[in-house]
Amino acid sequence: MTPARKKRLALILLMVGGVATGVGFALKSLDQNIMFFFSPSEVISGKAPTDKLFRMGGMVVEGSVHRPGDGLTVEFDLTDNEHSVIVKYTGILPDLFREGQGIIANGKLNASGEFIAEEVLAKHDENYMPPELADMHDGKESAQ
Amino acid sequence: MFLWFHKLGSPPHFYRIAGKWIPWLGWIFLLLLAAGLYGGLVEAPPDYQQGESYRIIFVHVPSAWMSLFIYVVMAICGAIIIIWHMKLAEVVLISSAPIGASFTFLALVTGSLWGKPMWGTYWVWDARLTSELILLFLYLGIIGLHNAIDDKRTAGRAVAILALVGVVNIPIIHYSVEWWHSLHQGPTVTKFDKPSIHWSMLLPLLLMALAFQVYYVLALFQKCRAELLRRERNSKWVEEL
Repeated sequence: MTPARKKRLALILLMVGGVATGVGFALKSLDQNIMFFFSPSEVISGKAPTDKLFRMGGMVVEGSVHRPGDGLTVEFDLTDNEHSVIVKYTGILPDLFREGQGIIANGKLNASGEFIAEEVLAKHDENYMPPELADMHDGKESAQ
Repeated sequence: MFLWFHKLGSPPHFYRIAGKWIPWLGWIFLLLLAAGLYGGLVEAPPDYQQGESYRIIFVHVPSAWMSLFIYVVMAICGAIIIIWHMKLAEVVLISSAPIGASFTFLALVTGSLWGKPMWGTYWVWDARLTSELILLFLYLGIIGLHNAIDDKRTAGRAVAILALVGVVNIPIIHYSVEWWHSLHQGPTVTKFDKPSIHWSMLLPLLLMALAFQVYYVLALFQKCRAELLRRERNSKWVEEL
């Protein structure tokens, strides 16, 4: 490579490196805003905002889903395997909502520490398999 | 090797070689596409959680991979333009942009259609979805910038710089699902661990990815040939065609 070309290569590396560092710092400082949701532990320790809507994500506890009252309201426990929070939601649940499945709820805490959700989204995991195989794996899957 | 590379860089030579390859690439693409679609839509079993709806991954995932891959190709072309002032790299860069933009758009639309029944929403502003949308804007920005500058040599250098700056977004898209909590799931295939997808679904997925890859080269060759003719319309080799 000629010296002129080496210089241009160095300039490119400098430019891309500089932009990467800049963007890196910007994202670092925006960290909390880019986080799509809070975990139940973070909510219990008071990291989530109290005055506005926020999202809480976790696993629906097995056997905790029930429908008190009119049948439209769903109540369940959401856990991150350390702490759990009671969630109340009135509305249509997505297809992937089920016990043991990861979900994200948007809403806020009420006075008694229950999470009143306005929207429930199902979070899909990265596993794909045929149903027969899933039955065989069932014990292992629900443990995750 | 270096000589071969140099020869390929000459417009008339590239024009001839690309023209010879196009019919072959067309047939390979059709074969791979047919095999991938048959495997994905007919042979592959339904998913244990999502049922039949997961089949959109056979279009969504390869499109998303291509959207990243094409951008990296463009950034490499950008570096070649700045360092070696190679004309053909300019042609490849600008011819790739609309193809990359289409794949990005396809990934966003298929993901959104899948998101409504599965997640319960068409769109959320999570890190993966937002960074992929920024990628679409980068592609459109490159096309726009190229069209805005009349002198094509100047335009080539301008889009080279834009492509290089934007490459910072590529690792962000890939790692967004690991660095931050996001609604989009983590990587299934492109991780160091064993892929967490059954082989009966993985095989058609990889076939589709290969088909899309071949399609990119095919479309790129066609666009490059057209762009070369446009740029070199006054030169001797074009007159001789």
